[in-house]
Parts: sequence; C-alpha cells; structure tokens
Amino acid sequence: MRITQGTFSFLPDLSDAQITAQLEYALRQGWALSVEFTDDPHPRNTYWELWGLPMFDVRDPVAILHEVHACRQAHPKNYIKVNAFDDTRGFETMRLSFIVNRPPEEPGFGLVRQETSGRNIRYTVHSYATDRPEGARY
Amino acid sequence: MSAALETRGPVEARSRYDAGVMQYRQMGYWQPDYSPKETDVIALFRLTLQDGVEPEEAAAAVAGESSTATWTVVWTDRLTACELYRAKAYRVDPVPNTGPGTRTEQQYFAYIAYELDLFEEGSIANLTASIIGNVFGFKPLKALRLEDMRIPVAYAKTFQGPPTGIVVERERLDKFGRPLLGATTKPKLGLSGRNYGRVVYEALRGGLDFVKDDENINSQPFMHWRDRFLFCMEAVNRASAATGEVKGHYLNVTAATMEDMYERAEFARELGSVIVMIDLVIGYTAIQSMAKWARRNDMILHLHRAGHSTYTRQKNHGVSFRVISKWMRLAGVDHIHAGTVVGKLEGDPAVIAGIYDTLREAHTPANLAHGLYFDQDWAGLRKVMPVASGGIHAGQMHQLLTYLGDDVVLQFGGGTIGHPQGIQAGAQANRVALEAMVLARNEGVDIWNEGPQVLEKAAKWCAPLRAALDTWRDITFDYTATDTVDYLPTPTASA
Repeated sequence: MRITQGTFSFLPDLSDAQITAQLEYALRQGWALSVEFTDDPHPRNTYWELWGLPMFDVRDPVAILHEVHACRQAHPKNYIKVNAFDDTRGFETMRLSFIVNRPPEEPGFGLVRQETSGRNIRYTVHSYATDRPEGARY
Repeated sequence: MSAALETRGPVEARSRYDAGVMQYRQMGYWQPDYSPKETDVIALFRLTLQDGVEPEEAAAAVAGESSTATWTVVWTDRLTACELYRAKAYRVDPVPNTGPGTRTEQQYFAYIAYELDLFEEGSIANLTASIIGNVFGFKPLKALRLEDMRIPVAYAKTFQGPPTGIVVERERLDKFGRPLLGATTKPKLGLSGRNYGRVVYEALRGGLDFVKDDENINSQPFMHWRDRFLFCMEAVNRASAATGEVKGHYLNVTAATMEDMYERAEFARELGSVIVMIDLVIGYTAIQSMAKWARRNDMILHLHRAGHSTYTRQKNHGVSFRVISKWMRLAGVDHIHAGTVVGKLEGDPAVIAGIYDTLREAHTPANLAHGLYFDQDWAGLRKVMPVASGGIHAGQMHQLLTYLGDDVVLQFGGGTIGHPQGIQAGAQANRVALEAMVLARNEGVDIWNEGPQVLEKAAKWCAPLRAALDTWRDITFDYTATDTVDYLPTPTASA
C-alpha cells in the first residue's frame, strides 16, 4: 500500500528539484520549515520525531534540503516529512506538510473490529509496522 | 437630504407623546447626525418604497419596527430610557444603478444603528427576532433586504463561535496545504444502508477526505439513521486503514426534535465519527445547541444551508447570504456551504469572495466591491471552513483553487460518483487534479491561464483523470447571477 498522508501523496514521489520549489514557496510566504521522521505512521500519530528544531531563521532552501538529505541518510527506511509553519495570528499552525521519504515496503494497517453491544463495532486502526519494537521496523 | 426634511426632526417631548399616530422620523428613529458607537449593532437594509413614501421616513420606520416602536404613540415609552433603546436610522443612500433611467425600480440603502443592550448575549434567535422579526412585512415597503451587518466586538465576544474552526479541524485531520475533498452520496434518496456505505467506502478509499449525507437524508423508510451510521462508520474506518489517513463522513443528525438530534449525534460520537452534520432548516436555536454539543464532544459541525435560497437569492427582498454567514459564524458551525462560483448554483465571484472572507478572516475590512459594507472584527471567533458544492468537476480545478483558495472543502458529488470507471477512479482523479494544481501553483505556474495544461500533464500518468477530463470537459453553468454587488471597483485616480 501507499500511505497517502501529506499534501502531495497522490503524485509521484517528488524529486529534489520539486521539493526545492515547494521550500521556496513556503519561504516566500514567510513560513518556517521543519523536518520530521517516524517509523509509526498511524494516521493519529501526531508527534513524529523532530529532526532538529523548526528552522525559523533559515531562509535558504538549499540549507533545508541539506537537512532533508541528512535525515534520509540517518533514517532511510522511515517516513520523513517537511512541514511549513505559519506563525501569523489566526493560523499559528502548519500550512503545508508533505512526505519526502518512504520505506521501500509499506505494510500499512489492519482494521481491528471489536464487536460490542447490538451491531455496534469499536474500530482500531492497527499499524503492522508497530508489531515490532521501535528501531526494528521496516 | 433636503432642508424641508431636516425641519421634520424629533419634536419636543410634550407633543411627542400626545396620543395618536405620527411619522417615525418625528418619533426619533431618523437621526442623520447620529454617529454609531463602537458597541452598536449596525444593519444595512435595501429599501424599495411604496409610491409616495419618502426614503428617510421608510428608514425610520424600519428602525422603529425593528426596535421599540409600534404604529402609534405610547406614553409608556416615557417609563424607559427610550432615547437609548430606539434604533437610529442615520444614513440613506440611493442604490447605484436603480431608479429613473435604469431597468430597476429606485432602491435605497438605509443604515440603522442599534444599542447593544437591545440584544441578549449569545442569542441569534434574539438578534434576528429584532432585526428581521416584523419589518419584512411592513406595508409602506414593497420590498426589504438585509444586506449586511456590523457585529460589534462586544457582542461577538458573547458567542461561542465555531466549535472547532479551520485550524483545529486541519490539525485533527492532519491535512494541510490544500483544499479538502468531499462528495455527497448519490442518489440522494433510496439507497439502503449497506449500499450507501459502499459509496462512502469507494469515495474515501479512492482519495477523498470526506463523504457527506445529503440535506434530506435523515431517517426514511429505505434507510433508518442507525443503519446508515453503522454502515458509514465501517466504510470510514476501512478507508482509513487502507490509506493511513484520517477520513470522515458527515453524518446528518437533522431530526424533528432536539432530543432526536442529540441521540443521533451521541451515537455518531460513540462510533468514532469525527464530524456530524445539520441543516439550516433546523433553526438558529437548534444550531446553537448543536454547536455547544459539538464543542463539548470534540466534533466538527457541518452545516448544509438547506432552504437559504428562499430568502437570499433575490436582490430586492430577503436576507443576503453574507449576513447568514455572519450569523452562522457567531452561532458556531465549522463548515458551511458558501458557493462555488463555477458550479451549478447561484454565485457571483465578487459576492462569493466577500462571503468567503467573512467566514475565514480574523478581520474583514469594508469592501464595497465584494459587498462588504462594514469593517468587521471577529474578536477571536474561530474560522468557518466554506464548502463549495454543486456541479463542479476536476477540469475546473485551476478555477476553483484560484477563486476559493486553500481553506475550503471542494465537494465533487456527481464529479466523483459519476466517473465512467467507478467511484474510486472518480475520487482519485479529483485528488490527483487537486494535488497537481497545488504543486504547480506553489512552483509559480500561472494556473489561471495554464491550469488546463497542468491537468493534461497529470492525465498522462493518471488514467482516471484522463477519463474525468474527457467526460466533463465542456460542462459549465454560465448563467447570470441574480445576487450581485452594487459597487464596482473603480481605479483610484493617480496623484
């Protein structure tokens, strides 16, 4: 399967040139970029690991792409995403967030159904990858 | 205003309260020198007068009938601080392009200010009972339209506002940087719960973020509500597991009574739905009740504006949709259908821009070219996500993105379910078209002009998009809008 989180997951994986164009766009908007990675891509895993702090003061797309490369090198089989953070009052949130690295195999998720009263079912989205301990996934 | 009219201002207290009937402007409802206070509620009405009625008197009458007045003088006014409670019509302007020499009967804009203490805190029912309560049937007027309102910060702050808001909705869904995609299940009526859930699953699995009940899907003989909820949540969770994304289906909890609505909403919550839906026809109080419920239960609240066109569409009579949008932001909904510009339903681009700004901005400056007559500070109330729905398809993606921006739900109902290769293919076509267009826009491509080429390029590797473009290529709904702006932008004279 292919996890389709992030702004551009329905497109073919972005090239470095395409990533750079998006970084430039975010910088033009005045947003701060950051890199995060995880081996637990559950749809409700909000807190991926930070690859350093958000780069509030870095306005050079090359330097940010360098961090993407460094994160890829350290975690080649993890999911890695780039976030663009907008500190404008009324937003103070991410304005763009897209995946820039995926594991070669994406096992995806199972759906665990717990039959309860009547016809009610309690659903749990279960990540196959997390059956193995952190660091040994993918 | 003529000198003759000025002499007919308020009269001395003694004769003012003699029994009998007098002109509204003599009763103090026309005050051309009044300067509205920061805490006043201001309403702008469009007046079409009966023959022989003067605009200032009509404006005063509207002010009177929407505040303290009755048709005759009452001495009991003198037991109150009546000067304060009287609404004040303070300005009347002829509407551009109406009257002699035009095809439209003469109309006037009347500005009326209301003291804050005329209104109960946090109550749309109370606000509207005054502002639109009686006046719309008033005989001296042929027609009356509430065009816009200025809600003072002091009053806005007494409302809860949207339970979730755009920012938190995106953070909960983990979806940033692009419009959200939705679809309404079709056919609107008649599917069994099991078949209905199939449509939901296919559309979400194919790439949509949301699927939606239609406004008139409640609990009919062909599908009772519990059945719908159970099958839809199976579909939502299956699609979520298959894609790794948070997905949702707007479960419509509209019902005959509040007790029924709460029961349905609570069941939706128990099943793990992220969103429920209501229709505008349930009424302002029911909407506010559901807004409070949604805030308490971490639920996104979607509002379908069912019924609004009965009073928003005609330019001379009713309530403009920008006013409804303001009321709904105060009342507290997270989503509201607000027009597409390019789709099958009414929507002039400038009017829609004004409405979208009203829903999404923290502060909207007056902008006559967009139909916004007042500066409006939203006092920290959260932002409402507009929903564009009705006759839109993937081939219009560049226009939709240009007109509507990122913070919008684009709903492709027929444009998903009617895809020749099936619902999943339809959903995939829409999602690919959207992401390709956002990517290109961010890269600096002029999508307004080069959008079709962007779609063609993506269609080279995405067969479902190819099929969608071929199916709907020439579908447009090009009719003249009935609700348009009155002031066209004019170039500023250079110094």
